Amino acid sequence: MPSEPHPEINHVLEFPGGYTRSTGPVIGRFLTELRAGRIVGVRTAGRRVLVPPLEYDPATGEPVTDEFVEVGPAGTVREWTWVEEPRKNHPLDRPFAWALIRLDGADTALVHAVDAPVKAMRTGLRVWPRWRHDRVGSITDLECFVPEVTTIVANVRTEYTVTPGAALARYLDALTREVFLAGRCPSCESVYVPYRLSCPQCGSVIEEELEVGPSGTVTTFAINNLPDPRAPQVPFVSAYILLDGADTPIIALLGSVAAGEVTVGMRVRAVFEGGTVKWFAPEREA
Amino acid sequence: MRPVAVAAFAQTTHTGHDTGLSEPELILPVIRAVREQSGLTEFGFTCSGSCDYLAGAPFSFVSALDALGAWPPIQESHVEMDAAFALYEAWVRLQHGDVDSALVYGFGKSSMGDLREIMTLQLDPYYLAPLGLDQLSYAGLQGCAVSSTTADIARRSWESAQTNPYALKLPEPVETAPITDGAAAIVLVAGDLLRERTNLAYINGIAHRIDPHYPGMRDLARSASAAAAATAAGVGEGPVDVAELHVQFAHEETILAEALGLSVDTVINPSGGPLAANPVMATGLIRIGEAAARVMDGTATRAVAHATSGPCLQHNLVAVLSRES
Repeated sequence: MPSEPHPEINHVLEFPGGYTRSTGPVIGRFLTELRAGRIVGVRTAGRRVLVPPLEYDPATGEPVTDEFVEVGPAGTVREWTWVEEPRKNHPLDRPFAWALIRLDGADTALVHAVDAPVKAMRTGLRVWPRWRHDRVGSITDLECFVPEVTTIVANVRTEYTVTPGAALARYLDALTREVFLAGRCPSCESVYVPYRLSCPQCGSVIEEELEVGPSGTVTTFAINNLPDPRAPQVPFVSAYILLDGADTPIIALLGSVAAGEVTVGMRVRAVFEGGTVKWFAPEREA
Repeated sequence: MRPVAVAAFAQTTHTGHDTGLSEPELILPVIRAVREQSGLTEFGFTCSGSCDYLAGAPFSFVSALDALGAWPPIQESHVEMDAAFALYEAWVRLQHGDVDSALVYGFGKSSMGDLREIMTLQLDPYYLAPLGLDQLSYAGLQGCAVSSTTADIARRSWESAQTNPYALKLPEPVETAPITDGAAAIVLVAGDLLRERTNLAYINGIAHRIDPHYPGMRDLARSASAAAAATAAGVGEGPVDVAELHVQFAHEETILAEALGLSVDTVINPSGGPLAANPVMATGLIRIGEAAARVMDGTATRAVAHATSGPCLQHNLVAVLSRES
């Protein structure tokens, strides 16, 4: 028995130009309607509608009637299976689902591709055809099916001219000097940062200014998975930071640290850039 | 019906890769083995099952005849299907009564091409083939229709295969039958040849039925054709000790066990089944051979064999075997 390595050659089996096949009147009608952008079924003697049409009723073997019925174009997914890596002769070149689709008005299901995210795929999903622009009379004139429209994206954008208010203006001005400006309540002695004109707890007017930070402690944090132009990367961390000397935390981004390495109690220090706080970074021990 | 029995069965030690043997070279040893087992060197009828698209050559079964020595001319036929269906043709041929022996064999080397896309070529050219619907995809659609403990089926098949010297040595259970090269052969006898032999597995019933081709035209959770074939073959007329089922995807076992009405006492695929070795075009014939082997070695009093063809278990053959005619 030869078991040692043996010569291999590439061999291609192909019929040049393909086979020419007659469609017959039933399949031909279906493909002609597809070319015109319509999907039709054929009615059996038992009044069922077969889609795609056959010349005979598979339940009885009897010839179907000559009555064609327009169905769909929408339908409902029954069985489906996911294709993570499409083959070269599949209808789509990105992950998609094969599905058995019961078109509205049909009594059988059509096999076709569904272009939808796998999270959207389910039995009962409503789908509509996506037609090819140049149709030739082929089952592939239907490029695929796509889910019904159930959501839209509503964009909102409007512009304002704003001023920060007297207290915040002083705070922001201090930031340009890389200083966190805070205020102490004369009554309850709470230290607030950013600096403010009155105590939100007792209502007293705040007159005493003091500097806090620039180091502090993380009191809680969130990992964010949506991109933000100000953030160092995705995912990024936004944290509450209790600046040294302050009684209230501020919220800020954390940089120079992986999201998974952030802990409550972590010591961090402000990184200034362009006259403001870029983010806080872990305080490195010397 | 004229009594017909399996007198010999042989299969290759299947491989998951091309060993460098041509198809005639692959079948030569199994033909030699069944000749020795049956004591017959010539047969009244010869029938094979193979697929030109697997071999990538037209009329590839003709060159396979070189393994038989077909001169002087023999009575020969071929099906472009699994050789289980060739065995059905041979069984029908033996019913004519003028010949008493038949050689049936099947072979395939799935390693040579892309089996998933070769199976696309069996689909109807109008509605399915242009979509490029491949074997894994249409099996996935059927798998969606049935609730099945596929991991359990895969593990049991894999464990059973550990004692089958012909199966692939798979490192772990699989739910999809592995790509396999291999061949198998069976000798059927009837008439006077039955009386000369003692160790036989009689075919008490054999039938095949077919469902609509298009998967959207049938209930994929069930196999009406397998159930009809089982009824016609008489599966329910007695207890079934062993069932060898042509399960290429684990979920198919659930569908077939229900269609054949098998009880929990029936041992399914003690050979490991196609999930352990799937030499396409011989896999179904091997189910009949394995079932017959259980009858002949006494581990089963009554055994059932199943073979399938077409997408999503479209076409099903069921045979009942026992020691009694």
